Amino acid sequence: MEGGYETDGNGGDVDDREEGSGLTRRALIAGAAAAAGGAITAGATRGLVQEAPDPTKVPGARPVVVGSRSPHETPEKLLSGSMGGSSRTPLQELHGIMTPADLHFERHHHGIPQIDPATYRLLIHGMVERPTLFTLDDLKRFPQVSKLLFLECSGNGGGAYTSSPSPEHTPQSVDGLLSTSEWSGVALSTLFEEVGAHAEATWFLAEGSDAAVMGRSIPMEKAWDDAMIAYAQNGEAIRPEQGYPARVFLPGWEGNASVKWVRRIELADRPSMFRDETSKYTDPLPDGTARQFSFVMDAKSIITYPTYPRRLPGPGFVEISGYAWTGRGLIERVEVSTDGGDSWHDAVLQEPVLPKCTTRFRHGWEWDGGPAHLLSRATDETGYAQPIRQQVLDARGPGTRYHSNAIRGWRVARDGFIAFAPV
Amino acid sequence: MSGGAGVSQRAVLAAVALAVALPMVTACGADDVGRATESGTGAMTATVVSGDERPAAARAGAAEPVYGFGTPATAAQIAAWDIDIGPDGAGLPPGRGTVAEGLEVWERHRCILCHGPTGREGPNDVLTGRVPGDEFPFANDRSLRSTVGNYWPYATTLFDYTRRAMPFDLPGTMTDEEVYAVVGAMLYFNDLLPADAVVDSATVVDTHMPARNRFVPDNRTGGPTIR
Repeated sequence: MEGGYETDGNGGDVDDREEGSGLTRRALIAGAAAAAGGAITAGATRGLVQEAPDPTKVPGARPVVVGSRSPHETPEKLLSGSMGGSSRTPLQELHGIMTPADLHFERHHHGIPQIDPATYRLLIHGMVERPTLFTLDDLKRFPQVSKLLFLECSGNGGGAYTSSPSPEHTPQSVDGLLSTSEWSGVALSTLFEEVGAHAEATWFLAEGSDAAVMGRSIPMEKAWDDAMIAYAQNGEAIRPEQGYPARVFLPGWEGNASVKWVRRIELADRPSMFRDETSKYTDPLPDGTARQFSFVMDAKSIITYPTYPRRLPGPGFVEISGYAWTGRGLIERVEVSTDGGDSWHDAVLQEPVLPKCTTRFRHGWEWDGGPAHLLSRATDETGYAQPIRQQVLDARGPGTRYHSNAIRGWRVARDGFIAFAPV
Repeated sequence: MSGGAGVSQRAVLAAVALAVALPMVTACGADDVGRATESGTGAMTATVVSGDERPAAARAGAAEPVYGFGTPATAAQIAAWDIDIGPDGAGLPPGRGTVAEGLEVWERHRCILCHGPTGREGPNDVLTGRVPGDEFPFANDRSLRSTVGNYWPYATTLFDYTRRAMPFDLPGTMTDEEVYAVVGAMLYFNDLLPADAVVDSATVVDTHMPARNRFVPDNRTGGPTIR
């Protein structure tokens, strides 16, 4: 409860699929205090600038071996989940599409292991010609692939799917299990060729060396397509909380299957039916079945400015901005509405627009000071358009807890206050 | 098969052969093969030279390694990490336990602290509960808890997960006999085994799980239809 989230009392796994009645009263008060604190800090900063020595009249600081943020900038992840298993990226504080590695979201199933890169090994065995152990140095000798890609927990956005979502949601609290990095490593297909994968293998399992020995089964097609073993993120070694020293990365697929701290891959002709692909990460349907192995993250978008808890200072120009992404390839179009969906306008897609990566969109808006309802709707290259909640309800019912991608929105009141209001 | 001082002569030859076989890399010299340097941006993605363009069938079953990096894994090394249990029971160890022993394990390993005396009390994951008639109304009833008895399709998964990840504060420390026993206790809590049951590999494979046939493949395909 440290993150200020109410949970459904169902333990460590609620945090990535929680109904997210939103922030608790306590968090609300804390948030208000933080907002007020921000104002004070800003004021103090201005005061400092006035009183500090003129920086053009004193020698500047020397280079340092490791840089740090300005002390005036303090973006933070939001801890959530009753077992402390998640943290969320402050989407509303970021620009462009990249996520600083230390602000990348986390979802762990039994904490962050400490792994010595010198003793790290990746075992690939099963339906292969040559069962092989790879050291980290071995992995780095193979041809490298490197791509800008989003990663999203399939439980992201659960707080938007309830019948009465909290108006106090921020982009971070509702969709912060989303981040974007440049991921570098070796294509899994390269490794599978190296070990002589059998043509009869249809699935492989990946297991981590965390305390849950987290495992998932993955179709071989993904390995031959674009799966990788990543050892670098945004130009440096992967952070411990992101799978150091090496992890599976499955572009466009639910984050849970991109197994971190991977130590074993076994090729087989059937899935293993792990806990996290049966009792979790499956999607009940109204016809009495449950969708299993629902890997792909469908098209989605969220406005990250202006949003709660910001307040528009007054009528005038507002650049509405946010992220759009799809696990199926390219974002083709993002539309923005300022009147709750009565009319839509094409947003500008900022380059680069990359497959299976977040795309930054922008839309200039002249706020007249009246009530407004800001919405964004993404369409991907397959023609899939982000649905409204009722469409998802019709297809999956109210009990589904993953893959919540219905249109998000924000109501702007006459006083400039903003509230979360999806449709 | 260790790589030694670099790419072996054989690997270089193989790489050259790979380049010749790949229309995508005809613009690259042999030195570039296996040295894809693009950042994955937009159109450049199509020029990846890691062989991604060939069909899976052409890439599987290679008689020789391409690069020669890595070390052959021994049977003992594989056995030390090969812990997954298949839905067909593959990987289940010898041994057995009883429901009665499982109830002792439930207390001794403090399962009770997170899951309650009978697995239904919490405070963490609710493991016990059935739905009348073994219906599967989860999509329409958001308050319904998914449990071993109403949602887990395989008892092999219960053995697998319990053995690798539990108890929470000492994961992976129970003996196989303890795991068989405590799996029996959880199945007993869910009215899937009698109180006097003995649990072994056959029990784990054969126990009827009410949700076994509820799971279907993903039918989302992109395009305009919302599924």
